[in-house]
Amino acid sequence: MRRLGLRSVALGYLLVVLVGPVTMVFWRAFDGGADHLWHSLSDPNTVHAFELTLIVTAIAVPLNTVFGIACALAVVRGRFPGAGVVNALVDLPLALSPVVVGLSLVLLYGRDGWLGGLFERHGVQILFALPSMVLATIFVSLPFVAREVVPMLREIGTEQEQAAHTLGAAGWATFWRVTLPSIRWAVIYGVVLTTARCLGEYGAVAVVSGHIEGRTETATLRVQDAYENFDVPGAYGISLVLAVMSVLVLVAMTLLRPRGETA
Amino acid sequence: MLPISAVVWASHGASFARAVTAPEAVAALELSLGTAVVVSLVNAILGTVTAWVLVRDEFAGKPLVNALIDLPFALPTIVAGLTLLALYGPRSPVGIGVAFTRTAIVLALLFVTLPFVVRTVQPVLHELDREAEEAARSLGASEARIVWSIVLPNILPGILSGVALAFARAVGEIGALVLIAGNIPYKTEVASVFVFNHIQSGDQAGAAAVAVVMLAGSFALLLAIGGLRFLATRHERA
Repeated sequence: MRRLGLRSVALGYLLVVLVGPVTMVFWRAFDGGADHLWHSLSDPNTVHAFELTLIVTAIAVPLNTVFGIACALAVVRGRFPGAGVVNALVDLPLALSPVVVGLSLVLLYGRDGWLGGLFERHGVQILFALPSMVLATIFVSLPFVAREVVPMLREIGTEQEQAAHTLGAAGWATFWRVTLPSIRWAVIYGVVLTTARCLGEYGAVAVVSGHIEGRTETATLRVQDAYENFDVPGAYGISLVLAVMSVLVLVAMTLLRPRGETA
Repeated sequence: MLPISAVVWASHGASFARAVTAPEAVAALELSLGTAVVVSLVNAILGTVTAWVLVRDEFAGKPLVNALIDLPFALPTIVAGLTLLALYGPRSPVGIGVAFTRTAIVLALLFVTLPFVVRTVQPVLHELDREAEEAARSLGASEARIVWSIVLPNILPGILSGVALAFARAVGEIGALVLIAGNIPYKTEVASVFVFNHIQSGDQAGAAAVAVVMLAGSFALLLAIGGLRFLATRHERA
């Protein structure tokens, strides 16, 4: 009896907060019929927004993967003062508001910012252009790979690496043949999480991009733009595509979870 | 690190005190703090119940429900806001219209913070040795007593670190709120939206002042989470 009660509380909660709203997107997107949906999705500005999201993701994910692995190795294997501080700093983007991240980039690369003037003199535009959007996305999705890899590195220990070393393997050979294969599932899981975050980032990118339609507008910004300009079906259409992407991410996460343990 | 120090630098000086005590800024910070506390409490209770059901209960479709928990991590937050608007906004099919109220803010924050407590409590509950519970039961302890004196102390560090993450997320969230909260100053404008609006209107000092308060809060929370992790793993280290 108690078991049944708890089960209905938990499932009811999930229904009200999670499942109900998400089903609505699928429902509302087809409100105006499939033709209308296709029409709003093939709008050149919308297409550009999706392209831009993919470009930003394609740059940010590989960089964060390399950084995440390097960072995890430094934290777990490195013996240097302040490893704990680095470990805590890596988590900072998780605790920090994306808007604050955006603001910090504005202050740094804006016209009066520390580095903004320098780049401006060389004719490189950072703010309200692709570089700042990539930087913002990298910042907010920084921790995911490192957070997955750190526990995995701790678990596998150093025995195999030491064995490889005594057998004469160089540092890189050890990394490619021993370390990387044993942490690969954690890396892949981290990459999936990073990708999801990059595709869906809103706050930080909204601050630094300047929202220029057809130029610096990503898919998530396009949703807001469409909604606020009373193109509600358009907003639901783009949301539908983003939601389908996230369901794919979810499937990937579920398939990888048994190896990567919990998030 | 450099971007972060730029924020602190921009907020320095006499204008900081004035900007951070401006009524609109105070209202926004209070609202963020208040909604985050409510959201943390709901998460602590219902998140733990959900984790319990997912570990100890058996029912058809459990793997699916388990997978769904991660949906808020995978779904872009702006889409999350729009979905809530579709169900609980104007033209609500269930007749609940809470758009542009504080209830809507709490609802949106509950959506985006849902996985945290569930995912931190679930593994602990899974690992928990049931022998102690069975021993207590055979010695005549009531179910409530078992939960209170055996299960809860074990999963408490998990609950707390999940709550801390959820709290941090709730304070900083913007994507899920921009569409559904209405962002009315003094009423439904949270701190992150305040910062955003003030950047857009060119008031960088005001934005940076509130941002520094949020930044300090984030650092404090990270320290707290670090401390909790230390407590939670003390058995392994001993």
